[in-house]
Amino acid sequence: MTTLVENPVARSTRAEMLRMRKWPAVWVTVAVWVALALVFGYLFPYLSYRTGDLSFAGDGDTRDQLLAEMLPAALPTVLVQGLPMFGGALALVLGAIVAGNGYGWGTWKTVFTQGPSRTATVGGSLTALTVTVVGILALTLVLFTGVSLLVTATESQALAWPSAGALAESFAGGFLVLEMWALIGYALGTVARGPALAVGLGLVWALVVENLLRGVGALLGPVEAVTEVLPGTAGGSLVGALVDVATNPNETPGVLDVLSGGQALATVLAYCVGLVVLVLVVVRRRDVT
Amino acid sequence: MNDLVVQTDGLTKRYGDRLAVDSVSMTVRRGEVYGFLGPNGAGKTTTLRMMLGLIRPTAGTASVLGTTAGRPDVTARVGALVEGPGFFPYLSGRDNLRVMARYRGLGENAVEAALARVDLTDRAGDTFKAYSLGMKQRLGVASALMGDPELIVLDEPTNGLDPAGMADMRALVFSLARGGQTVLLSSHLLTEVQEICDRVGVINGGRLLREARVDELRGEASLRVRATPEDTAIAVAMRVAGEDAVRRTPLGLELAMTADGAPALVRDLVTAGVDVHEVSPTERSLEEVFFEMTSEAPTTKEKAA
Repeated sequence: MTTLVENPVARSTRAEMLRMRKWPAVWVTVAVWVALALVFGYLFPYLSYRTGDLSFAGDGDTRDQLLAEMLPAALPTVLVQGLPMFGGALALVLGAIVAGNGYGWGTWKTVFTQGPSRTATVGGSLTALTVTVVGILALTLVLFTGVSLLVTATESQALAWPSAGALAESFAGGFLVLEMWALIGYALGTVARGPALAVGLGLVWALVVENLLRGVGALLGPVEAVTEVLPGTAGGSLVGALVDVATNPNETPGVLDVLSGGQALATVLAYCVGLVVLVLVVVRRRDVT
Repeated sequence: MNDLVVQTDGLTKRYGDRLAVDSVSMTVRRGEVYGFLGPNGAGKTTTLRMMLGLIRPTAGTASVLGTTAGRPDVTARVGALVEGPGFFPYLSGRDNLRVMARYRGLGENAVEAALARVDLTDRAGDTFKAYSLGMKQRLGVASALMGDPELIVLDEPTNGLDPAGMADMRALVFSLARGGQTVLLSSHLLTEVQEICDRVGVINGGRLLREARVDELRGEASLRVRATPEDTAIAVAMRVAGEDAVRRTPLGLELAMTADGAPALVRDLVTAGVDVHEVSPTERSLEEVFFEMTSEAPTTKEKAA
């Protein structure tokens, strides 16, 4: 039997990209993220700006500040500020369904008998998931850029772009936060052998439990120490460092200044590496029934 | 070249207290159609999963195509449909095969050839979830055939197929064997196995009870004779067929001889004054042999107890 592509990870990645590209659930997840990001990033601030109702979405900002946050120069901030909460939760859902559904449908069983090793197969799946995460962030950036240009033109503002370095830093940081949550979802889907439990537990953890623990941590020192290494804290702090939340208070849910930028980056990277290792170990060792 | 495509040695799988597969040692030879028989829950699928590397044996070894089962270089040369087709429900049949072809590093032509082989080209654009059980099964077989693997493992491939579909599947398996491919066919449809398999292994309660050619398993052909008086008939039959070849049964005499000897036997019986009521060739079906074997075998529960 002759094969067109010899590298098994590349073959697996091509296969996973095909099935993810044609999966309506992936597009629904992307659409929900895009809608939430546009509504909270631009629509509500713009309505607040136009109506003058500062309590609507402005977090007490002045109208000038609201307008400035919708212009292209603010892209690095707007791009990432929704990631710790909505973006992370939806990335978790994406990772959980990509890994978990295959056990219920029996597709992992079929895939594991096609030739590539389990390591290569999962490597391909994770690569495809990563490409999707990058694609989601790139799509978000393109849409945000378009909307911010629209606001610039509508409000007759001078066009000013952010520095390429700031934009790249924001994109890279945002990618790491989304990737970490997507990998958490993938790991949960793998361990649970299905998406339902993984999504349920993951969302409860990301949206509820971590916030509760941080609340308790303010009262109990040992709990506070634990909360500092949790993924929500790390992702929120990384975004907090990118938007400089320490000097520019930002009320966006999930954006934190608990850890320094360096600590947050190291923790997020540790989660990414650790989760990949966990998934590979579990998949390589388990019986597929 | 090694003639053994599959060789297991003491293959065992235990789940807690339950022994699912108990020291199975079997062989599948190159180019043959091997039938793996057993009732539901006998351990067939668990054994096949171990051969494909999907589950790890608790003990024993499985060698496929000359090397350890489950290694990627082996898996790439094996096509398998194990315990029902597992495909992405939102994708069309064709796209599902495209995904699997990409995993195998195969091109579009392999997909179309496989679809045509199972007569699914016309419905290849429909989503998998819209397929009937039989169509899903055919897609699973198509996936197993992609790239002309050396060994094809089909676990209950006729599940859900209508009679015409089952006949098509039998013809397909015949054509695979004629093309030199080795087929390991797991089934509990005994007439199906009797028709298309060269050798069979019978498993029950996790244990391999017997491995033999189908004709060996069914035993020699025999003649059934009803004649009176029976004692005279027995004496004549022993003279013609041999003393050890005659057995008295509730249905008459059973003679271990082929139908070729019937005319001479009848002539001698009539000459001896015996009234001959019936002479008929009998051959045990695989089904009869199977039920004899599996009714004697202990169940997994009994063994665990």
